[in-house]
Amino acid sequence: MTRRGYLPILLVLAVLALLPFAVTSNVVLNFVVFVLIITLAAQGWNLLGGVGGQSSFGHAAFFGTGAYVSAILQVRFGINAWVATAVAVAAGAAVGWIIGFLSFRAGLRGSYFALVTLAFAEVLRILANAAGFTGGAAGLLMKLDVGFWNMQFTSRAAFLWLALGFVAVGLIVSQMIANSRFGAQLVAVRENEEAARALGVDVLSVKLKAITVSAALTAVAGCLYLQYFLYIDANIAYGLWISVEALLAPMVGGRGLVLGPIIGAFTLHGLGEASKLLAGRVPGIDLAAYGAVLILVVAFAPGGVLGLLRKLRFRSQPVAKTAEETA
Amino acid sequence: MLEVKDITMRFGGLTAVGGASLKVDKGRIVGLIGPNGAGKTTLFAIIAGFLDPTAGRVIFEGSDITPLPAHERAKLGIARTFQIVQPFAGLDVRENIAVGAYLRHARAAEAHAKAEAVARRVGLGGDLDKQASSLTVAGRKRLELARALATEPKLLLLDEVLAGLNPSEIRDIVPVIRAIRDEGVTILMIEHVMQAVMNLCDEVYVLAQGKMIAQGTPREVCVDPHVVEAYLGKGAADRLRAEEASHA
Ligand SMILES: Nc1ncnc2c1ncn2[C@@H]1O[C@H](COP(=O)(O)OP(=O)(O)OP(=O)(O)O)[C@@H](O)[C@H]1O
Ligand SMILES: [Mg+2]
Repeated sequence: MTRRGYLPILLVLAVLALLPFAVTSNVVLNFVVFVLIITLAAQGWNLLGGVGGQSSFGHAAFFGTGAYVSAILQVRFGINAWVATAVAVAAGAAVGWIIGFLSFRAGLRGSYFALVTLAFAEVLRILANAAGFTGGAAGLLMKLDVGFWNMQFTSRAAFLWLALGFVAVGLIVSQMIANSRFGAQLVAVRENEEAARALGVDVLSVKLKAITVSAALTAVAGCLYLQYFLYIDANIAYGLWISVEALLAPMVGGRGLVLGPIIGAFTLHGLGEASKLLAGRVPGIDLAAYGAVLILVVAFAPGGVLGLLRKLRFRSQPVAKTAEETA
Repeated sequence: MLEVKDITMRFGGLTAVGGASLKVDKGRIVGLIGPNGAGKTTLFAIIAGFLDPTAGRVIFEGSDITPLPAHERAKLGIARTFQIVQPFAGLDVRENIAVGAYLRHARAAEAHAKAEAVARRVGLGGDLDKQASSLTVAGRKRLELARALATEPKLLLLDEVLAGLNPSEIRDIVPVIRAIRDEGVTILMIEHVMQAVMNLCDEVYVLAQGKMIAQGTPREVCVDPHVVEAYLGKGAADRLRAEEASHA
């Protein structure tokens, strides 16, 4: 019973882990690392928005908090990268809990919740852009100091494995939740809050737990981004772009499904890169491709890529409906 | 087991329930009947913790539970069904019932085993893998019952679980309800199907326009002139009596 769902996860992880042995092109490895970072952010979003039906439009708040807290600890206080990352993830989780407490206790749902999360992320972006200790508009540049203890690697493959390790944790956590009481209650809250309450589900506490874990996962993505690019500013860390990435990948891959974020992130960015190759250097062509994919998904495959695959496999059975009405 | 004391519920200017009281003893099936809009569902929502009453108290097993939220009351052993069924539409029958079972079973394997046992008991054993949204009306009513039952309640509040069912479906479900009581679950049920009320209930309360107008055995209540008037309009009881007299 507890093994349920782990086989496909192992398969996906194995393929990605072996990739550096087959491909040595830095372009490809860079691409995979970047997509894995997006995947982590999206896994966070998927837990709250996909499984729990509370669509956030401001996961940048958690990504950015992870990145900034880690950067400040390392740059300003000389704290070890691993320790800084751990503290930053905890800080991201705390921000998640606070935003959740303020908005869920006020009973915000659907687009109201989405707008409030967006507002929080924007406030944080503006603050980070203005404050001194965040480096203001100039951002924060990390010292290049390669080594395992500093979580910096010259080898792309090493960083790929590091990111994949975190993605693996995200996948396992997601699968464990899917098989657990908490997961069942979270889905129940998504499907029908009233009915969930009648069955003894403490809706507020379930939502708070979800947003806290969700924020922690997305904060990990922020920390990895920092370790990889060694530079952040407010528009990167708290920018709208990451809120959109975090939400788009699960929608495209399969909302609420454990493998949805990773499948979605690779599909989206794969298509984005392909369209750049095909159309040449038309600026923004990859963004146009995103838009097109999103429209296609919403119109023809509300279950995302995985939903589509499942539909093809069991053509007679309808695909599980997720809470796409809150989208 | 349950005592509802002088409950009043006002929605703005409308008084849906005005000072209603009732008592349910352990091990009984008590009916709550009354015309449409009488305030029955509102009273249920107050008992289950979904609405805060304007005034009055709800006592469960000797303690005042009026300030407790719905999920706490479920933990204490109060389960309700919804008149307008509220399935988790995207989940299958097993998963729907398991949400209820998780209240007392933390582990997935146990919750699923419990869900399957409950499903078989209410006649959903063959539908475990079906999507809740694909069930018939009768199936959805059974699912409401199953989910509530899976929380292992002491007191079960059934809001018109027979409404919308055909006579043969009603015949199937009535013994299930009786069996639930026989296993020690106290039941308070709102019902319009009088045949079932007569059949099942040890005691009946009648609510009309937010007020409790009668109480007694099903037989007593049916001939109570106040009840006849509440259903058929003012003076109806007298007219009926006069008609009977003229026939005699
Ligand atoms: N949330 C609410 N806000 C305003 N008015 C309400 C609300 N809920 C119920 N009412 C009103 O309160 C009255 C009682 O409604 P209730 O649903 O309790 O009746 P009922 O006895 O269950 O009727 P039925 O037999 O039709 O189910 C009705 O007039 C209804 O319109
Ligand atoms: Mg009603």
